[in-house]
Amino acid sequence: MRYESPKTTKEAVTLLSKEKGKAFVLAGGTDLLVRLRMDMIDPDLMIDIKRIPAMNEIKKTATGFKIGAAVSGRQLGASKALVKAWPGVVEATNLIGSDQIQGRCTMVGNLCNASPAADSVPAMIAAGAKAVVVGKAKRRIVAVENVVTGPGQTSLAKGEIIEAITLPKRPAKSGDAYLRFIPRTEMDIAVVGVAVSLTCKRGVIDSARVSLGAVAPTPLLVKEAAAAIIGTKLDKEALENLAAACSAACNPIDDKRGTVEYRVRVAGVLAKRAANIAFERAGGKK
Amino acid sequence: MKHDQKYTGQEFKVVGTRVERPDGVDKVTGRARYGADANAPGQLVGLVLRSPHAHARIVKIDTSKAEKVAGVKAVLTSADLPDLTNGDAGNYATLVNCMARDRVLYDGHAVAAVAAIDKSSAKKALKLIKITYEKLPHVTDVDEALKKGAPLVQPTNKQDGKPSNKSGHFEFGHGDIEAGLLEADIVLERSYKTEQTHQGYIEPHACLATVGPDGSGELWVTTQGHFSFRIMCAALLGMDVAKLKVTSSEIGGGFGGKTHVWIEPVALALARKSNRPVKMVMSREEVFKASGPTCATSMDVKIGAKKDGTITAAFIECRYSDGPFPGIWGMLGGMTAWACYDLKNCKAVGVDVLVNRPKVAAYRAPSAPMMAFGVESTIDQLAKELDIDPVEFRLRNVAKEGTRSSYGPIYGPIGIEPTLEAVRDHPHMRAKLRKNQGRGMASGFWFNIGGQTCSDLNVGVDGTVNLTVGTVDVGGARASLSLIAAEELGIPYDQVKTNIGDTSSLGHNDTTEGSRGTFSSGMATIFAAREAIEVMKSRAAQMWGIPEDAVEWKDGEARAVGAEHGNLPALSLKEIAAEAGATGGPIAGHHEVTADGSGVSFASHICDVEVDPETGKTTVLRYTVVQDAGKAIHPDYVEGQFQGAAAQGIGWALNEEYVYGEDGCLQNAGFLDYRVPVCSDLPFIDTKILEIPNPNHPYGIRGVGECSIVPPLAAIGNAVSNAVGVRLNHVPMSPPRILKALDDEAGA
Amino acid sequence: MTGVHVSTSINGDPVEYVCPADESLLDVLRDRVGLTGVKEGCGTGDCGACSITLDGTLVCACLVLGAEAEGRKVTTIEGMGDGENLHPLQRRFIDNAALQCGICTPGFLIAAKSLLDDNPDPTVEEIRYALAGNLCRCTGYDKIVRAVQAAAKDLRRQKK
Repeated sequence: MRYESPKTTKEAVTLLSKEKGKAFVLAGGTDLLVRLRMDMIDPDLMIDIKRIPAMNEIKKTATGFKIGAAVSGRQLGASKALVKAWPGVVEATNLIGSDQIQGRCTMVGNLCNASPAADSVPAMIAAGAKAVVVGKAKRRIVAVENVVTGPGQTSLAKGEIIEAITLPKRPAKSGDAYLRFIPRTEMDIAVVGVAVSLTCKRGVIDSARVSLGAVAPTPLLVKEAAAAIIGTKLDKEALENLAAACSAACNPIDDKRGTVEYRVRVAGVLAKRAANIAFERAGGKK
Repeated sequence: MKHDQKYTGQEFKVVGTRVERPDGVDKVTGRARYGADANAPGQLVGLVLRSPHAHARIVKIDTSKAEKVAGVKAVLTSADLPDLTNGDAGNYATLVNCMARDRVLYDGHAVAAVAAIDKSSAKKALKLIKITYEKLPHVTDVDEALKKGAPLVQPTNKQDGKPSNKSGHFEFGHGDIEAGLLEADIVLERSYKTEQTHQGYIEPHACLATVGPDGSGELWVTTQGHFSFRIMCAALLGMDVAKLKVTSSEIGGGFGGKTHVWIEPVALALARKSNRPVKMVMSREEVFKASGPTCATSMDVKIGAKKDGTITAAFIECRYSDGPFPGIWGMLGGMTAWACYDLKNCKAVGVDVLVNRPKVAAYRAPSAPMMAFGVESTIDQLAKELDIDPVEFRLRNVAKEGTRSSYGPIYGPIGIEPTLEAVRDHPHMRAKLRKNQGRGMASGFWFNIGGQTCSDLNVGVDGTVNLTVGTVDVGGARASLSLIAAEELGIPYDQVKTNIGDTSSLGHNDTTEGSRGTFSSGMATIFAAREAIEVMKSRAAQMWGIPEDAVEWKDGEARAVGAEHGNLPALSLKEIAAEAGATGGPIAGHHEVTADGSGVSFASHICDVEVDPETGKTTVLRYTVVQDAGKAIHPDYVEGQFQGAAAQGIGWALNEEYVYGEDGCLQNAGFLDYRVPVCSDLPFIDTKILEIPNPNHPYGIRGVGECSIVPPLAAIGNAVSNAVGVRLNHVPMSPPRILKALDDEAGA
Repeated sequence: MTGVHVSTSINGDPVEYVCPADESLLDVLRDRVGLTGVKEGCGTGDCGACSITLDGTLVCACLVLGAEAEGRKVTTIEGMGDGENLHPLQRRFIDNAALQCGICTPGFLIAAKSLLDDNPDPTVEEIRYALAGNLCRCTGYDKIVRAVQAAAKDLRRQKK
């Protein structure tokens, strides 16, 4: 295996495109190095992106935020502006692993690893996040929900790398939240993850996005769930409809972390709780 | 934390004080050396190739390509480990477990090993070993294994003349169960299941082995018993015991799992074949797959009682999954099941069953937690049916001094009643409970063992003392042993330095298990110290020129007594030591013993939980341990044993389990999905040390390390039942199981 | 495989080594630099026994490549304390019996120091969650949390 540490995105892309063998992109390494250690991958080239300045920045832009691919969970959590604007996205990312993992893990790594149970991804999807994908010839902007195509698989072509995640500007009277179910209090992979982002107008939910994790081969954007709460003040019936829509959208497997029935059930329970938190953050009153 | 000294008769000067442990600085600075922290010049890396199948015949092993890999110095299969066990079934099982012979018996069973100059060459070689398997049907569940037509794990194992997976049947108890049931006003019958768990020590197995062409060898290893390891490795490799020097490193947790060899004979065999030192360290995945977890069980309980709460009949049968080789796990469980109670009619049946899972090793009070779960859960339900307070119910049936125990012996002074009274009166019982919160309590028992022990106490030329013991220090015992030596000699604690000797410096010492470390080495230390004192009294007599019987020892000095010599100034240990060369040579005391009478221990726990009824998730809010220690030599470390054992029990009760697939392979061989409690999962664990002295020990010491892993499973189950009204009969009581129980209850 | 040549700083000292590109910093520290105080409990970031700081950030050494340490500052347990003087955390761990077998202790000390550097007056809950990445199987965490509380108090007093 060879190790390279490029200083620009262009350099990284060139290395990635030129490599005839198996090339992997290393950000925090909290998934990749585990797979390396367990002999699940046999890289010819490891490209470390952490020394690329553009990938290490959190920038407030006119249209929202731009978060570089190498920004760690810890750095994310330390950004007051991001915590204020997108608490759901930050809390989701900050749920990944321990403080040690937080010192290294990244949202983009979490996304590209494409585990169905990734914590940061449902929150990014609910927030309407986009990935800035850079290839040899061009850049393209891809909605995060279109990046993951299956367990461990992304829509990135050979030679493409995600340089940053963009988040829109946070509208007034809006809030987002992420909840996950794990059997312990920390250190577990999500059995179910639910993210809700919503905006209120005159006290009523005007727009919403609901995303589920760990209940299907990929994280889901559930339009029916959003529809269930739009136009409501999150009364009991709306919450029940939300829960039902989420449970219905689930397509989980039985595995050592949870059964189908359990996941379907808890998805509904967490959806209600996450929606309540997001509503409260948006200043909503019941 | 203050502890109860009501029952203690003796007055101690240093024993019972909270002193600094001698290995503390090394451990907080990273200087302490554990199993993987030793290196030797020219050492090779040893790696093991393991079976991917639960059960298969080994048709062919081709190591030719592996042997040609650059840097590979030895490749090993069972062909390199001839059977020298001479019909000893236990040794043979160990031999086969270390390296499969004709069949692989579980996912992870070792089939070959390689020693090479570095990890990457060793890995390369492992990949090139070609093994042809013929898959065989497998069975991993304890109940499935007992069904007619189940695949046979050991076809030569017979029950009632027929091949069977049942490998043992043990019965304990007395009286007439049937008659007792007829006398009962109420009879409860329940069945329970507990899943397999692992000791979960943070340090993987590791060793560094060298063997010379003359048959001498050295083994540096993390172990609970370097003497036992020496015997086992010598037997398997055909080496003379005296020629194999085993040194125990510091141990990073064992809890029973490091009482048995796993990779060590292989490391020695590789070292012998390559004529180079070989270092072997198990990966975490290997630890889960191929060391020694505890048993999974299924059990049936039947208890009859009168309206006033008197138990008239108590029956339990518990079936233990031993792995591929027979063990005595059923026997141990059977002995402990009813031990807390004074019963006219009781019976405990322990059954051992073979399955295609790793070979079971001891795990802290082995076999007791499972039976206690069945017993204490059912007793709690009985108490509820009869509308009697659960503590009161137990007190009405409690064992006392003079009670005939359920496993045979008559009890001397014991602590079960005091622990129950302490629980009844504990402020924890008055803490306020809110919605979805519940309180449970449970009791438990463990025997503790004595065993072969020897100690050497040497007085240095400056009067400081070296104590060498043979029991590995798993949790701070060196401090306690120094305290004991200091107490006997009458000198300050910091004048005694305790070391764990290697196998060439002492006679045989049994493993540190069965809560015996402080008890046995403590006893040997006391007698070694007393022997040294006799020597010093004799030297003092010489120095004074008076008869020996005119000398006594008090507070660290020799004093001349009697009318004739009474006014001679005392001679301190330091002064006597300084003259040792002139009075007869080095001063020492020595003691070899099979320590007996280790004194049984009892504990009662209280637990408060909150259950989220929508997800089944349980939070432990409060936890209290009350346990009888006999005499707490170093209270901090006694508390530590209580807390650590309880934490393991809580993990076992809530989330820990081995998950096997249909293919018989282990699915969660790592700390990510084998879920031990993390710091945020637990509350502070309150402890109360009771001291009902063990009359068979000079200081009254009882073993303390194991008992408190026994009550938590039922304490938690009882608390969950009181929190949300459902009774869990399957451990771990994970969120999906609790949610299902709630659903079933609602649907009913 | 060609080795990677790395120049780094470990516990304040300049260190150079050559390692295979796929070797973890944990293996480099233990086997090449000789710092065996950093322990391997799992190799996959689940137990925290290999906790170190990298440019002041708490990480698991098993999930960092040796190559990544180039030009960075690494701190291990061997760099804690100052010669004969133990750091208050180390002192309190001994005094509070916060260790039994001690294998997890180096990792806990590094993680606890990282916590107190950021948050000198943490609540019990903050301590427990900050240390959730460090597994201990011996103590049940009770005395560890108490030791961290006591050390935090010592450090706040020192600053006054």
